[in-house]
Amino acid sequence: MHNASKHLLFILAPLVAVFALLPGVYQNHLLLFNFVIFLILAQGVNIIYGFTGYLPFGYVGFFGAGAYGFAIMVMHLQTPAPLAVLVGGAVAIALGLLLTPLLRLSGAYFAIANLAASLAVLHFVANPALEGITKGPYGVSLTGTFNPTHAYYAAVVVMALTVGAVVYLKNSSFGLALQAVREDAVSASMAGVNIIKMRVIAWLASALVAGLAGGIYAWYVSVFYPDNVFSGEFSIFAIVFALFGGVATITGPIVGVLILYGIYNLIGFTTPQYFQLIYGLLIMGLVLFLPAGLVSLATRRGWHVP
Amino acid sequence: MTYALVAGVLFGLYFSLVGIGLNLVFGVMRIVNLAHGDILMLGAFIALGVVGIANIDPLFAIPLAFMVFVLAGVLLYWVLVPRLQGSANPEMLSIILFFGLSQVIEAVTTIFAGTSERSIQSRLLGTVFTTIKVKWFGGKTSGAGPIQIFGQGFPAPWVIAAITSLIAIGLVYLYLYHTRLGTLTRAVMSRRDEALATGIDVDRVSAAAFGIGLGIAAVAGVFAPFMFGSVTPAFGADATVTSFAIVVLGSLGNPLGTALGGVVYGLCYMLVQTYLSSWADLLPYVLLIVILLLRPSGLLGRRVRVA
Repeated sequence: MHNASKHLLFILAPLVAVFALLPGVYQNHLLLFNFVIFLILAQGVNIIYGFTGYLPFGYVGFFGAGAYGFAIMVMHLQTPAPLAVLVGGAVAIALGLLLTPLLRLSGAYFAIANLAASLAVLHFVANPALEGITKGPYGVSLTGTFNPTHAYYAAVVVMALTVGAVVYLKNSSFGLALQAVREDAVSASMAGVNIIKMRVIAWLASALVAGLAGGIYAWYVSVFYPDNVFSGEFSIFAIVFALFGGVATITGPIVGVLILYGIYNLIGFTTPQYFQLIYGLLIMGLVLFLPAGLVSLATRRGWHVP
Repeated sequence: MTYALVAGVLFGLYFSLVGIGLNLVFGVMRIVNLAHGDILMLGAFIALGVVGIANIDPLFAIPLAFMVFVLAGVLLYWVLVPRLQGSANPEMLSIILFFGLSQVIEAVTTIFAGTSERSIQSRLLGTVFTTIKVKWFGGKTSGAGPIQIFGQGFPAPWVIAAITSLIAIGLVYLYLYHTRLGTLTRAVMSRRDEALATGIDVDRVSAAAFGIGLGIAAVAGVFAPFMFGSVTPAFGADATVTSFAIVVLGSLGNPLGTALGGVVYGLCYMLVQTYLSSWADLLPYVLLIVILLLRPSGLLGRRVRVA
């Protein structure tokens, strides 16, 4: 069997099946929804960081832009929710296009500029002067479209698409070219890879999935404030989950989300500061002892990890 | 207008002090210290502790904070950095590593101090000067009222913070350009491998720079309760982003550029706050992005952009 179809069959299909069936047997739907959202975001980070090496420290900017794209469509134009989610994705792509000049920066400069960009978008949206459009810092309430069940399944669909995109990257010459650019941009361009086009496509793809996730999140929660949807925790969690599992693989971010977000929900809600402590120590230990993620435990032994 | 300009310069000098430690660390080690703001926060808590326990002028917290964090910095360096430098992509991983550290610091502080806002009465700062004045020159204790500059009154803590910042920046200059260790530090900054090849003990130089960087951050933190009104354990993250804006404005990797960056930032901040207050929050971020795109090397920098 072809590699890509193997990955689709043995990774993507079970994942989608589990998350499509779980709401029937498990009552805490919000928790399941959050798992799906973080799976999308972690894979989105995987697309841009794992395959191109750009660390999107302000990844939440796209997520928040998607949420506000959704909210503005619903508030001002009364669009149906699924269409508004697509608009949220489009808004994120527009923001991604606006930020493409940042790709000229390298390393830490890119990460810092991206962080600044996401905070700039936050303060722009939360500005009281724009209250007529975004409701400023007072938050939006979209009770008209409230439908958690549909939103949940929409999230599962987007997750399937995102994981599908990563499967494609992992098995296509396009993904190979991206990784070549990541390792050595000059050599890759000598070998005929169009560096700029490659990077921009990966960048916009990861912006799109975050925007769609943001739109669906807005649909699901229906009442939120700028600080909720632009919370730096989304970027940080997504990055740490992806790294913990191992980037540039299909399974790494999935494993990362399931383990770390699982731990978070076991101890995070009752005693947030102890969780923060354990989390911080875990991150430091990860960087110092397992910089290539959990999957490197297997790859070091010579096992192949998809 | 005069008020905004003078206040901008005063705040700007203080902001330079906030940023300079971060820049020293990045310049020497190519490490992004995301825990910088948290060190600032800890410095503020040392000031709170000094005032709370001994009830003396918080200025006495400065040498204490500096010594404690130079030692802490050197220890931390040996624990974290050599391992990090050995990995595939130290610059990126350092961001995540120090994010983890900042989480640990924030969590530990929250566990011990709670999440409430802390502040210090501003008249406590500088009481040591008024006492000396009264002892040596007679006169009576007037308390630290506003200080007059160009006919406008400014809170005394702002002026004291600005003066301390000037002194600290001067000392960093002396260290870098007039001591042996400083010369070695600059050598490591410009070419790490060549410095290693010429026999410089890069690790020792880096550890010193890391300690000094953290020490200065803690000193800046001592003034944080006065400059920002109050501090909470969660104050660190915002302070880190602001420091980045300042450092990049000046130029990443050139500690003296930070002084210029800080003043420019302070002036912009005060002017925007005076004339367009609702947009003031946006300023540091937009400024940061514009500077990164137009002059990624900062106002006083060499070229650093790759591909």
